[in-house]
Amino acid sequence: MAGWQVLADAATPGDLMAARMQMGLSLGWHIIIACFGVGMPAITVFAEWRAIRTGDEVYELLAHRWAKAMGVLFAVGAVSGTILSFEMGVLWPGMMETYGQVIGLPFTLEGFAFFIEAIFLGIYLYAWDRLPPRVHLLTGLPVCVAGVASAFFVVCANAWMNQPRGFDLENGTLTGVDPWAAMFNPATPPQTTHMILAAFMVAGFGMASVYAVAILRGRRDRYHRLGFAVPFTVAAVLTPVQIGVGDWAAKFLATNQPAKLAAIEGLYETTAGASLHLGGIYRDGELHYALEIPNALSLLAHWDPGATITGLAEVPAADRPPVNVVHWSFQLMVAMGVALLVLGLWCLLVRWRRKRLPESRWFYRFAALSGLAAVLALEAGWVTTEVGRQPWIVWGVLRVEDAVTPVPGLGTGLAVVSGVYVLLTAATLYVLRRLAGTPLPLAPQEPGPEPPTPERGEP
Amino acid sequence: MTTADWLLSLMWLALTAYVLLGGADFGGGFWDLVAGGSARGRHQRELIEESIGPVWEANHVWLIFVIVLCWTGFPAVFAAVSSTMYIPLTLAALGIIARGASFAFRKASTGLARRRLFGAAFAGSSVLTPFFLGTVAGGVASGRVPIGIAEGDIVTSWWNPTSALAGVLAVAVAAYLAAVYLCADARRAGSAVLLGAFRRRAIGSGFAAGAIALGGVLVLRRDAPFLFSGLTTVALPVVVLSAAAGLTSLALLVRGHYLVARVSAALAVAALLWAWAVAQYPMLLLPDTAIDDASARPEVLQVTLLVSAVGAVLLVPSLLWMFWLFQRPAPRKAEPG
Repeated sequence: MAGWQVLADAATPGDLMAARMQMGLSLGWHIIIACFGVGMPAITVFAEWRAIRTGDEVYELLAHRWAKAMGVLFAVGAVSGTILSFEMGVLWPGMMETYGQVIGLPFTLEGFAFFIEAIFLGIYLYAWDRLPPRVHLLTGLPVCVAGVASAFFVVCANAWMNQPRGFDLENGTLTGVDPWAAMFNPATPPQTTHMILAAFMVAGFGMASVYAVAILRGRRDRYHRLGFAVPFTVAAVLTPVQIGVGDWAAKFLATNQPAKLAAIEGLYETTAGASLHLGGIYRDGELHYALEIPNALSLLAHWDPGATITGLAEVPAADRPPVNVVHWSFQLMVAMGVALLVLGLWCLLVRWRRKRLPESRWFYRFAALSGLAAVLALEAGWVTTEVGRQPWIVWGVLRVEDAVTPVPGLGTGLAVVSGVYVLLTAATLYVLRRLAGTPLPLAPQEPGPEPPTPERGEP
Repeated sequence: MTTADWLLSLMWLALTAYVLLGGADFGGGFWDLVAGGSARGRHQRELIEESIGPVWEANHVWLIFVIVLCWTGFPAVFAAVSSTMYIPLTLAALGIIARGASFAFRKASTGLARRRLFGAAFAGSSVLTPFFLGTVAGGVASGRVPIGIAEGDIVTSWWNPTSALAGVLAVAVAAYLAAVYLCADARRAGSAVLLGAFRRRAIGSGFAAGAIALGGVLVLRRDAPFLFSGLTTVALPVVVLSAAAGLTSLALLVRGHYLVARVSAALAVAALLWAWAVAQYPMLLLPDTAIDDASARPEVLQVTLLVSAVGAVLLVPSLLWMFWLFQRPAPRKAEPG
């Protein structure tokens, strides 16, 4: 028994890495599903509203299909989110012991939002035949609102980790807390907006991808065209907005979290009229092999080509984030965002000039990948913001190695959790594929490549 | 009562709701596990699936709410429990994932082999999860989680007589609640066979849970003397209430009053939880961490209570509507027109 006794020693570097990987894995996994929970209800409710307004059976079928997938995704999202709240304490008790109360407010509110979401999703999914159509449609609205609210509240807490506010500390003891100031910290507006838009993009492009694949396989009937066009339009319209918000978030870093921006750009020396670097590998305070655009970084960050950008040199070596990971994740996110912007413009141009969806197979090949691209951008964005905050868990206040649990054997925990997630991923993809592949109950509205089903009453 | 007392009461109320509602969903998984072969157990499993399906996610949120209230109101307790209880909490979290995901997967699947696979994962994890959550409760109640980060033993804190008792009791109580609740569902579905089956199961598991709780007193006397002395003195009326309500629920089942039996069974289980709270009050963590030693700052407690009161205005009517909606007879499928 004594052999198991844990004296609160510091965690080994290996255990710290295992804890960070486990948190990253479970958060990075949950966030994909959570995006569908935020974005998908609105798109589904829109289809149901069209069905009720116009009596269009194709919209009704789409709403039913999407609701079914939403049911699976919401269940998986609910449980994969739960492990995160366990891990806050299991892995990072050093943060929660002191600061749990500082960030408790947005999480309490998130609890209520999650309640409303779960209750009305249960009603929306299971009471389709128990409620009049219009009432049923209305039960979808709280799901949409609460999903967005949940995302807002959770990201408030993450924003606090970047811009900790609302507390007074004396010798490691809290002497005053202002929960509202902690929740509405300076990083809250750009981060929450960026995340909520990202959620709609992941959901929209993700849903559209499924139908792009079907269209590539020759199913160009109205069901598949609408199933593609509705979510794709939502996501494509939001993409330029998201790029603007991303610019706002980066400008925010330039003034509020300069070390993160310096890591994003691989900038060592504080520079006036700094260049923007595309690609490149950071070594010994310099980016090698990068494509350089003179003055562009200063221009982007401050609207002034001669503005001074703070470099990593201003930060003690022990307080610098790992540059290459942050630099490359940011580049990947931006690249995916721009690619999705171009894809959206392509679709818009064809629709504006020819009043129909694109017919090019190349368009649908790229569209089939758009969901994946949106997910990559999402994950890369999270890596940028989370790794860019290192070595701090609470920026400038608490380091990750002081927050991690001293319990030994975190590597084993990581292995077990990873195993479960491999199975969970496989099962989720399998079930979603089966749902997407379920044959349509209705005859296609227009004769496509498949043989048309004779309608009733015809000879 | 101090502000911290109010917040603790709110947290305990949320925990009670989780045990009564979320616990019964785990119990549904238990009866799914023992329902027998695919053909024989089909109708039981269908009834369980129909009862749990629309509500389990909302019921699950109570757990999140308890956790969040704990780290907001009593952050040092949250850090102490979750760091010392690293192993059972991780296993419970994985169990929660397996339970919820496989339940949804089974519902979306066709084909016997796949439904069996997901069903087994659902049912198995429905038994393991309450067991591990129970071991955590047992460790805290027997004073094995001292204040401080990972100050308790990471194995014996949850692998000990009181934890084993609490784990088994959690499974039994979940099964009992589920069986009692399912009786009324079976009657509404109009199946005398299912009603008989779940009534037998409710009475059997009720006796089992009662026996475990009663026998557990002997375990507590040796292994958790502080809790034992509390349960046999200040908390004794609440213990008696629990026993009386449990016995009443069984009598009501025998006489066929299934809706009142639900209330009585829920009261029996709720009283068990509150008996623990009364016995341990005002200690949060043994031996000497009282409520006021570990609570958050007063301004945090006040804001949390305030937003909870406002949130409750939205939450309570929504919850009541949901339960009311799904407790009515199901409409006929596919209305004409």
